[in-house]
Amino acid sequence: MSGGEKRFELSEADQGRRTLLTGVTALLGAIGGAAWLTPFLKSWQPSAKARAAGAPITVDLTKLKTDQLFKTEWRGKPIYILKRSQEIIANLKGDKDHLRDPESTEEQQPGYAQNDLRSLKPELMVLEGVCTHLGCAPKTRMDDGGEGEFDGFFCPCHGSKFDFAGRVYKGVPAPSNMVVPPYSYKDDGTVVVGVDQEEIG
Amino acid sequence: MSKIVDLSADALGWVDERLPVVKAFKTHMSEYYAPKNFNFWYYFGVLAMVALAIQIMSGIWLMMFYTPSIELAFDSIEYIMRDVPGGWFIRYMHEVGATFFFLVIYLHIFRALLYGSYQRPRELVWIMGMVIYIALMAEGFFGYVLPWGNMSFWAAKVIISLVGAVPYIGESLQIWVQGDFLISDSILHKFFAFHVMLVPLVIIVVVFVHLVALHQVGSNNPDGVDIKAKKDADGIPLDGIPFHPYYTVHDLVPMVIFMMLFFAAIFFFPDGWGFFLETPNFIEANILNTPEHITPAWYYTPFYAMLRGVTIDFFGVSAKFWGLVVMGAGMMILILLPWLDRSPVKSMRYKGMASKTMLLLFTFSALALGVLGVKPADWAPYWVTPLLTIVYFSYFVFMPIYTSLEKTKPVPDRVTMGAGH
Repeated sequence: MSGGEKRFELSEADQGRRTLLTGVTALLGAIGGAAWLTPFLKSWQPSAKARAAGAPITVDLTKLKTDQLFKTEWRGKPIYILKRSQEIIANLKGDKDHLRDPESTEEQQPGYAQNDLRSLKPELMVLEGVCTHLGCAPKTRMDDGGEGEFDGFFCPCHGSKFDFAGRVYKGVPAPSNMVVPPYSYKDDGTVVVGVDQEEIG
Repeated sequence: MSKIVDLSADALGWVDERLPVVKAFKTHMSEYYAPKNFNFWYYFGVLAMVALAIQIMSGIWLMMFYTPSIELAFDSIEYIMRDVPGGWFIRYMHEVGATFFFLVIYLHIFRALLYGSYQRPRELVWIMGMVIYIALMAEGFFGYVLPWGNMSFWAAKVIISLVGAVPYIGESLQIWVQGDFLISDSILHKFFAFHVMLVPLVIIVVVFVHLVALHQVGSNNPDGVDIKAKKDADGIPLDGIPFHPYYTVHDLVPMVIFMMLFFAAIFFFPDGWGFFLETPNFIEANILNTPEHITPAWYYTPFYAMLRGVTIDFFGVSAKFWGLVVMGAGMMILILLPWLDRSPVKSMRYKGMASKTMLLLFTFSALALGVLGVKPADWAPYWVTPLLTIVYFSYFVFMPIYTSLEKTKPVPDRVTMGAGH
C-alpha cells in the first residue's frame, strides 16, 4: 500500500467515533431540515382565502316547492337540493333490483344519510351534483312513459343513471352512488351544507 | 442485507459506465485535497451555497403565490403573509435569506483580500466570484421591486433614473427600458423575468464554473502556501486532506450555527429593524409620495453613499452621471485585484505593514460608507463621503506601488497550524 492513502486511514476507534459524530450531526440536521420543509408543504394547503370561500353555505327552504330542484354551489361543486314528493319517495322505497348499491354500503354519504332515502328527512334530498364516473353534472329526467325513460338523474357525458336518492343504476359507467355532502338542519326551513348534523346545536 | 449492498453496487456500476458519477465524486470530494489549515474564514464559501439553496427553494415557492402586476403584486404579498399557510415563513426566509447571502458573500470576499486568494493562478476563480457578486446585487434589486411597496417603487424609480444619466441617449434609453413613460406594469414584468429566471440562471451557471475553476487550481489557504509543491510518494499534497469526509463533516457545524442565526432573525427581527426591509415597503406603491427617508437595503449602502457623494460636474458631464460611474467603478474595480497586487506573497500573514494598513483603511472606509448610506444625506459634513470614497479607491489604485515596495516576511515551505492543532 502506498503511503499517501495510509495517511488518511483511521484506526478502528477513530473510524467509530467519526461514524457516530457524522451520524448524530446528520440526524440532527435531518430533523432541522424536516422542520424547515414544514412551511413548504403546509403552503400547498388551501389558503385562508380558499377556506373562507369553501365555508359552509346556508340554504333557505321555505320557498322550495315539492318536486322542485334547487341548484347551488359549495366548494366549486354543484349542490342539488330536491323536495321529493310522496310518489317519488314511494318509488325509491320500491323495487331496487336495478341499483348497484341500494343499501349505500359504500361510504359516499355521512353516517346519518346511510338509509333508504340517503337523507336526514325523507322529503329533502341534498346531493353533490357530480357524476361519480368523470365528474360531469347530471341532469334531471322524469319518466313520461316512453322507451327507456326513468325518474332520476342522467349524466349527459357518458350516460350514467342515478335515482332521486343519488343511487347509481346497474350497467352504467359510474361506479358508485352520488355523494351526499355533510349537511344539517339549522331549523325546519334552513339547511346548512358543509356542517355535519351532530355539529349543530 | 448483503444482497441489497450488491444490488446497489450493481446499480451504481451500471450508471457509472454511462455517467462518470464515481469519477466526479472522487475528483471533487473524496480525492480533492484541500489544505489542512483552513480556519474560520473558510466557512463562508459553503455557507454561500447554503444561502443560494435557501433562496432558490423559497423563491420557487413564493412564485407559486405571487402575481407580477401592479394591480395585484402588493395584494398577493399580503395574501402570502396572511392567507397562505406558512406563507409568512417562506417570504421572510427569502427576505432574510438575501441579507444572510450578502453577509456571507462579503465575509467570503474579505477572506480573499486577507489571504490573497485572487492571486495567480486563481484569477478566473476570482473573476467568476465577482460576476456572481454583481449578479447578486442585480438580483437583490429586482427582487426588492417585486412586492410593489412604496420603497419598491421609489427604488425602481431612482435606479431607472440612473439609466437616464447616460449622456446623449439617456432619456430614450430610459423610456425603452421602462417600456412606458413612467414606472409601470411593463417594468415590473421585466424585473420579474430577470429576478426569477435570467439572473438566477446566470448565478447558478457561474457558481458551477467558479467551483470547477477552483478545483482545477486547488484551494488557497491562510498561509498562501502552494500545497501542491510538496507531495508524498503518491502525488498527494503533504498538507492536503480529502475534502470528503474531512471538510464535509467539518462544515456541518458552521451550517448548523448559520441556520440558528438565520432562523433567529426570521422569527425575532425579520425586517432587521428596517435594514433588511424598510418600513415604507409595508405600504403599497404611491407615485405621488416619496418615502420620508430613502435608503437601500444595508448591502448596497456603501455604493449608494458613493453615488450620492458625487456632487460636482467634471469635464462638462453632469455629477449625476459621474455618481453612476463612481458607484459602478466601486464594484467593478475589485475584478482588477489579481493584476493590481504585485506582492510576491499571498497571505496578509507575510505581507508588510503597508498592505495591512491599506486593507484596514479599505475595510474601515467600506463600513463607514455603509453607515453614511443609511443616514440622511446631510447627516455628516459634505466632505466625509468624498474623502472615504477616495480612501476606498486608494486601496486599489496604489496597490501596485505599495505591494511591490513593501518588505514581506519569508513564507514557510509548509502550512502552519494555529494554536490547538
